[in-house]
Amino acid sequence: MKRTHLQTLSLRDRRRKLVNIFMQVLLFLAAVLAIFPLLNVFLYVFKQGAPSLNASFFTHLPAAVGEAGGGMANALLGSLTLIFLASAVGVPIGIATGVYLSEYNYGKLPRFLRFTTDLMTSVPSIIVGMFVYAVVVIPMHGFSAYAGGIALAIIMAPFVARTTEEMLKLVPDHIREAGLALGISRWKVIVRIVLKGSLGGVLTGVMLAVARVSGETAPLLFTAFNNKYWARGLNQPTASLPVQIYTYAISPYEDWHHQAWAGALMLVVLVFVLNVFVRLIFVRKGTSV
Amino acid sequence: MPQILTCEPLLTQSQLDRHEQRRFKSMMPVSAHHPIQSSTLNTIIGDGASHPELPSTRSIRNKRRDRHRSDRIFFWTLRGVSWLMIGVLVAMVAELAHVSWPAFHKFGFRFFTSRAWDPVNEIFGGLPFIYGTIVSSLLALLFSAPISIGVALFLTEIAPAGVSKVVGFLAEMLAAIPSVVYGLWGIFVLAPFLREKIQPGLGHHLGFLPLFQGPPYGVGMLAAGVILAIMITPTITTICREVFRAVPLGQREAALALGATRWESIRMGVLSSSRSGILGGIILGLGRALGETMAVTMVIGNRPDISASLFAPAQTMASAIANEYAEASSSEHVAALTALGLALFLVSLVINAIARFLVWRINPLRKRRGRP
Repeated sequence: MKRTHLQTLSLRDRRRKLVNIFMQVLLFLAAVLAIFPLLNVFLYVFKQGAPSLNASFFTHLPAAVGEAGGGMANALLGSLTLIFLASAVGVPIGIATGVYLSEYNYGKLPRFLRFTTDLMTSVPSIIVGMFVYAVVVIPMHGFSAYAGGIALAIIMAPFVARTTEEMLKLVPDHIREAGLALGISRWKVIVRIVLKGSLGGVLTGVMLAVARVSGETAPLLFTAFNNKYWARGLNQPTASLPVQIYTYAISPYEDWHHQAWAGALMLVVLVFVLNVFVRLIFVRKGTSV
Repeated sequence: MPQILTCEPLLTQSQLDRHEQRRFKSMMPVSAHHPIQSSTLNTIIGDGASHPELPSTRSIRNKRRDRHRSDRIFFWTLRGVSWLMIGVLVAMVAELAHVSWPAFHKFGFRFFTSRAWDPVNEIFGGLPFIYGTIVSSLLALLFSAPISIGVALFLTEIAPAGVSKVVGFLAEMLAAIPSVVYGLWGIFVLAPFLREKIQPGLGHHLGFLPLFQGPPYGVGMLAAGVILAIMITPTITTICREVFRAVPLGQREAALALGATRWESIRMGVLSSSRSGILGGIILGLGRALGETMAVTMVIGNRPDISASLFAPAQTMASAIANEYAEASSSEHVAALTALGLALFLVSLVINAIARFLVWRINPLRKRRGRP
């Protein structure tokens, strides 16, 4: 029996409608599936980490094997030291590069530099660790906070450079033109007007970079190394939160696993708070710009 | 991560007359971001060409006018610091090549084809690590790419603005969680789950395939693939989202106006015109998966074997370095590990360069919808 035109059309349309609904549900499920691991990680980090996150976690040195309790005070201080060193080196370099990319954007160098910076942000972090091991640790004859800080700075600088450039590009040209028209010298226009005006955005980038390097483990494994005690100086091996978590996680001891979860909770909360904070600032700024 | 996708100034054909074009040939064309301001200034101040003594007011950021010494010092300082960035990248390649030279010298190309990895007898072949890196990364792409594209489509095409914002934020948070936390979660949550729930079932029903044979350890290639998939999902999602945003609204509307269903308009209007961007995102994800160290090291089992089974422990280039570098005693061992690192580094540089090239091509379109 021959079908009429209308019948085939409606059948086909029915199929199209079903496919339409099916695919939309599939896309929704993809979103659910992607978010699920995040929630699961959060759930476990809080469930396992919260009980061990007590006062002694912040004030005590790691306990010996088999001893309950103890803390990560040295690792927390070590992480702060490393982040401070990394920021002291990486942030000025990053901001300077970002300013150069945005304000002197002519000729071939900026394009090449932008490309290099992009590549730098995607260098595997363990490679940075190897490089710093070869150029800092070996000449200094030992693992040190300096080496760890430099490794983190190398990861941080390109990141800061790119966000700084993005932020400065949001400043309209006529503001620069107005400054120059008043006879202000160029560098003052850049520093006092352009950079100052977008300071919030630049700091946002810096904070995101801090959030990012505060969880870095791989570049610290053979630069800052680890230390069971307080580091007695910046030229000594230094414990850090991520490396301590790694060491504890792969150890066979139950007590250390609890400590690892508590450390992970610290890291996740830090990163999450920084990100939410940054986003709130950014949203507020975004409406005013 | 908006910094991945940088908006190159669109190269507009400037309104400069031919004379001026010749004069300022070295200048970058007018920034496309503020065409109105530039042209307004032109009408106010007049054409720079007719007043040769006046510097052109166009493209203030593009042309240098360093009258003062302080300006020159400032410029050269910035320039010097910028060269530092390039210098570090070059130094990284050079230093790694220098340290790894003995390994290449001794083993030659066999280093990449030999399976033997015996630090005690100083025989080094990197094949198991290369195999582990490639297989775990491809596995991650297999899991992650369809989901990431789906999420990006959901966020840009289907979800209401509020939902899109929240889900988009959560998807980006996946990238913010430190690798070591994923590793911890992988050891204590994912690996037991795979060992008890997934692997026995796969082995039972699909055990005739060599992929799913062997005892279920939990840790191994499969766990590494899953955890990498989770970690690269935000990368691919973010890029795809930008790519889909760049597709002009009219293309969707045209499909809808012809009677297409929503899915058909997505498929014909959005997906078909963003293939190279999607590919760029996937390659960028691959780049991230190749270099990922900590989470993989913690769940892959760290055994330099080549096994067809996804259940078996394996090792990647990055995890070999993380495990052995600090304890490598002989210089040969260090050289061999550095050779792995150099190979990984160069491959990830090339992959990222390709990805960025593919993603950059869509940028002129991005202007239509503005920055998020």
